[in-house]
Amino acid sequence: MSEDLYQEIILDHYKNPRGKKVVIDSLAQSHQVNPTCGDEITVDVGQSPDGTLLVSYDGQGCSISQASASVMSELVNGKTPEEAAPIQAAFMELMKSKGQLEPDEEILEDAIAFAGVSKYPARIKCALISWMALSDAQIKAKLTAATTIRNG
Amino acid sequence: MMFDVDSLRADFPILSREVRGVPLVYLDSGATSQKPTRVLDAERYFYENLNAAVHRGAHALAEEATDAYEGARQTIASFVGAQVEEIVFTKNATEGINLVAYAFSNATDKARQGIDVDQRFVIGPGDSIVVTEMEHHANLVPWQELCAKTGATLKWFGLTDEGRLNIEPGVIDNTTKFVSIVHQSNLLGTINPVREIMDMAHAVGALGMVDLCQSVPHMPVNVDELGADFASWSGHKMLGPTGIGILWGKSELLNVMPPFLSGGSMIEMVHMDQSTYAPAPQRFEAGVPMAAQAIGLASACDYLSELGMDNVFKHEQELTAYTLAELAKIPGVRVIGPTDMHDRGSAVSFVVEGIHPHDVGHLMDAEGVAVRVGHHCCWPTCRRFDVPATTRITTYIYNDKSDIDKAVAGIKSAQGFFGPGIAVSA
Repeated sequence: MSEDLYQEIILDHYKNPRGKKVVIDSLAQSHQVNPTCGDEITVDVGQSPDGTLLVSYDGQGCSISQASASVMSELVNGKTPEEAAPIQAAFMELMKSKGQLEPDEEILEDAIAFAGVSKYPARIKCALISWMALSDAQIKAKLTAATTIRNG
Repeated sequence: MMFDVDSLRADFPILSREVRGVPLVYLDSGATSQKPTRVLDAERYFYENLNAAVHRGAHALAEEATDAYEGARQTIASFVGAQVEEIVFTKNATEGINLVAYAFSNATDKARQGIDVDQRFVIGPGDSIVVTEMEHHANLVPWQELCAKTGATLKWFGLTDEGRLNIEPGVIDNTTKFVSIVHQSNLLGTINPVREIMDMAHAVGALGMVDLCQSVPHMPVNVDELGADFASWSGHKMLGPTGIGILWGKSELLNVMPPFLSGGSMIEMVHMDQSTYAPAPQRFEAGVPMAAQAIGLASACDYLSELGMDNVFKHEQELTAYTLAELAKIPGVRVIGPTDMHDRGSAVSFVVEGIHPHDVGHLMDAEGVAVRVGHHCCWPTCRRFDVPATTRITTYIYNDKSDIDKAVAGIKSAQGFFGPGIAVSA
C-alpha cells in the first residue's frame, strides 16, 4: 500500500527536485504553511516576454509536498496562464477524487502519480500546498487566465 | 503488584481491531487515550437510567442525575488530592487555561472602568507573564492574547539542548504577575520541577498555573504538592471521554475571579440590569454541563486507581526506557528530548535522518503502527531544536514491549523504503 502513495515518479522528484530556488524576476510571491505539521512553501511567479509563466519555489516538507511542488513547476513553467489553467484545475479535481478518478495523462503528465494521494485525507494538503501557493501568487501578480483574457 | 497488560487489553475493544489490513498498534495516547468498556458503560448507564439536566428541577431523575454528577466531581477531586469545590468542569484543558487567562482579561477591563476587582488579576504594561519554550500552544497562545489585550509582556524560560528547562535567574522577577508551565512536555517528555518554579512565582507575589495534561494520566499527581494556584488537564487523555476537562484552582482565588462564560447555572441573583454569581465551581459552569462525560471520567479515575498510579508510572518508565534504548540502536534516529530516564515521562519524539516525519509516520501506519507526526502543537519547541516536525511515540497502560518492537520495525521499513543517503531538499 505504500507503493500506492509513493510512486516512483514522486520519489524521483523528491530526490531530484526540478525548478527549486531558480532565480526569476518575481512579480508576486505566496507563502503557504500547513499548520497541522509545519510544512512551508514559498512560490514566486513571474512572466517571460512571450507571456508565459515563470515559476520558482522553495520550501521544506514531506516527500509528497516537495515532489508535488517539483512536478508543478515542471508542468507550469513556460506555459501561458491559459495553458496552465486546465492543468491546475485537473490537479485540484484529482486531489478531491478520493482515489475514484482515472487521471488524464495527456493533461497531468507526471502529476498522475499523485492519484494515490487522494485516498489519504491526511496527505491531500501536502500535495496541494504548492498548487495553492501558485494560484495565490498568480492572483497577486494578475497572471490568472481570466485576467489575461480580459486584458487581451 | 504490577498489572498484566495482556489481560488489561481485553478491556479496550478498539485495540483488537485491524487498520489497513494489519493489527492496530496504538502509540498515540499522548494525543488521546483509548477508552475501557467500563467508561463507555458508565456513560451509557447515565443516559439509560439517570438522564436529566443537572442542577435544575426537583424531580427524582434531576436529583439522581445531580447526585451522580457531583459524585463524579468528588471522585475526580480525590484522584488528585483536591477539595471537591476546587474542581471546575470545562470542555477541555484548553478551556481551563483560557478561563484563567480571561479572569485576568475581564478583571483588567473592569478595573479600567473603576470597578472594584481583586488586584491579583489586574495586569497591564510593566507586568509580565512567564511561560516556557516547551509549552503546548494551549498554554502559550492564551497568554499571548492576554498580553496583546493588556500591554503586559510575555517572557519564557528557554531550553537546554537536552530538552530541559534552562531556569535562568531574572526571567521571573518583580514584574511577574503570572507563571504558567507544563508539568510534562507532550513533545520532549521532560518532567519539569514545577514546585521549584511555582515557589519562584510566589516569592515575587505572582500566581502560578500548571498544565497537567501529560502528567495526571501517567503518574501520581497531588495538586497540593505542585505548589500551584491553578492546574488544568483533559479527560480524554486519561481513559475518559472527550468533551470534558478539569480546571483545579484554589477556592480563595476561584471565588474572586470574574466569570469566563456567563448565563444559566452560574448565577446567584439575576435582575434585568445586573446579576451576582454563584461561588465556585458553579460560577464557572454556565449552561447545562456535560454530566455523562463527568461520570465517564470518574469511572476512568476508578479504573486507574485500581491499577494504582504508582504502577502506571512504573510500567511506563520501563517501557520508555526500552523505547529509548531501542531507538538508540537505529542509525540515523535522533531523539528530541532527554535520552535518560531522569525526570522523564513517556512521550518520545524523534527524527529519522533523511526522511520527513510525515513519511516516517505514513510508512509506520502502513504496518498498523499509529504514531503522531507534526509539531504536536509545540511549534516553537520544534524551532528550538531546528526540526520542522517530529515523529512521536506515546505509550500507556495497554502498551508493551512488543508494540515498541513493531514501531522499531516500522522505522526500519521507512529507512529501507526511502533508501540511505537521500538528499532531502532543505
